[in-house]
Amino acid sequence: MILLRHGRMIRRRAFQIVPVIILATFVVFGLLQLVPGDIAVTLAGENATDARIQQIRQSYGLDRPFLVQYGTWLWNAVHLDLSRSYLSNEPVLGQILHRFPTSLLIVGGALSLSLLIGIPLGVLAATKSGSKLDTAVTSFASLGVALPNFWLAMILVATFALSWNWFPATGSVALAKDPAKALLHAALPAIALAAGGVAEVARQLRSALIEILSSQYVRTLHAKGLSPMAILWKHGLKNVSVTLLTVIGLLVNRLLGATVVVEAVFAIPGMGSLIVHAAIHKDFPVVQGVVLSMVVIVISLNLLIDLLYTLLDPRVGLK
Amino acid sequence: MVFLIALFALALTAPVVAPFAPTTQNVNNTLAEPSLQHLLGTDDLGRDVFSRLIHGAPTTLYASFLAVCVACVLGIPVGLLAGFLGGWVDDAISRVIDTLLSFPAIVLAIGVTGALGIGLTNGMISVGIVFSPQLARLVRAQTLVVKQELYVDAARCFGASLWRIILRHIMPNAIQPVIVQITLLLAVALLAEASLSFLGLGVQPPQPSWGAMLARAYNYMEIAPEQMYAPGLAIMFTALAFNTLGEALRVALDPTAKRR
Repeated sequence: MILLRHGRMIRRRAFQIVPVIILATFVVFGLLQLVPGDIAVTLAGENATDARIQQIRQSYGLDRPFLVQYGTWLWNAVHLDLSRSYLSNEPVLGQILHRFPTSLLIVGGALSLSLLIGIPLGVLAATKSGSKLDTAVTSFASLGVALPNFWLAMILVATFALSWNWFPATGSVALAKDPAKALLHAALPAIALAAGGVAEVARQLRSALIEILSSQYVRTLHAKGLSPMAILWKHGLKNVSVTLLTVIGLLVNRLLGATVVVEAVFAIPGMGSLIVHAAIHKDFPVVQGVVLSMVVIVISLNLLIDLLYTLLDPRVGLK
Repeated sequence: MVFLIALFALALTAPVVAPFAPTTQNVNNTLAEPSLQHLLGTDDLGRDVFSRLIHGAPTTLYASFLAVCVACVLGIPVGLLAGFLGGWVDDAISRVIDTLLSFPAIVLAIGVTGALGIGLTNGMISVGIVFSPQLARLVRAQTLVVKQELYVDAARCFGASLWRIILRHIMPNAIQPVIVQITLLLAVALLAEASLSFLGLGVQPPQPSWGAMLARAYNYMEIAPEQMYAPGLAIMFTALAFNTLGEALRVALDPTAKRR
């Protein structure tokens, strides 16, 4: 029923993201153009002969015009071929798919923690606005936003893993192999990532809820004799759900970036170590592949959130 | 604010204030505990951590300002043009901004740094490039509002040129929220520098920066965990100070703003 009613809009929105994805691929491919000088010379390394450079140029298609290179790359990418790593010669997509679940588990865990802790904190702070509790939540949120999450990760490792041995300090286990162990490995990284998320969710939710609770119609509801609890649950939270969706969208974007750094602390073989290693060793197909896959995830998620907006807030669909 | 002024003063006078040079090694006294001679102990090469922390301040501040300057140089003109010209130019620029904002910032910055070449300056140029769409979007929105004002119409009637209208009338009136955003971006850039340097993509040894110090501390975490506290706290408090300054500016510049 819902699908039928919103079918046209879903199709329109889905169609709208096509140019965004194409632009994104252009940006990703354009990264190569930022390499100073001749890429073939860079790839060949020091003391390479001219013949070797020429050979590299040909085998990677670097001698062709930019748009032809881009077209070929895009055509292959659409067919799920992200070419091969310069270093290991393995297909890039395979490497990404192999490491992606590890990162996803951490980001998913961090997102759940951020919402589970951040939402109650934000609601409490908003309903008790001006109280000591509110001050505490606000101060915690300011600290959480300024806290470098990899530093928190280091402190967590030093305390819970090295001193107390509660959690493993490094590595990861596949969820399919041993779910309990996988969660145990993902716990500390997820907590380290979630600190910023909790702060962000609490802060945004608090200010959105305060705005709603001080609006005219909430005053009318009070006058009608509705209990504060009923106003909060029925009207306040329903109206902040749109804000919450926006925050989730931004948060996933941030967490995907932050996991790269936090994974380094725990020596987790996820997307983070893949792109960092590739960036240091100038393995451009891998860098492009990771950046592309992350941006496609974010864009798809934004589409999903856009669609949810229209379900939650009938005014959005009219625009 | 006081903290920031003190930090700037410290950054400018680092060579005078610090008790040791940041690169002076003493292999007989490595990973020492804090003492009167070495207030925060020494690192794995016997270098004084306190001195490296002080010498890290100018590097870290330079990095943040460089990134934000790059973001301004790229973002502000683009935002002004999009907002002022409107039409297809605005459509095209807005699409590009939306796309760039879909990239996780650190990931894109790592990609750009990998392409430009590893190093502090390249890393921070990348961070600046990655942050520029945020500024461009804000400047565009501000320009759209200011463009409607009567004095802009008046200037146009007097035959003022496009650039004169933008520079003399729109810029000064649209700039306030941008200044606030720039202050907040300084904090984000600081954290980005720390992250990139920690990953080995930013500052290269032996130059000290707080992120790079954390990277070294990480390697010796099992033997000397106390090494990581000072640089981390320095990063956190500086970021906090920039954020607080930004919030204070927002309230001060906008009389209608409520404290949230």
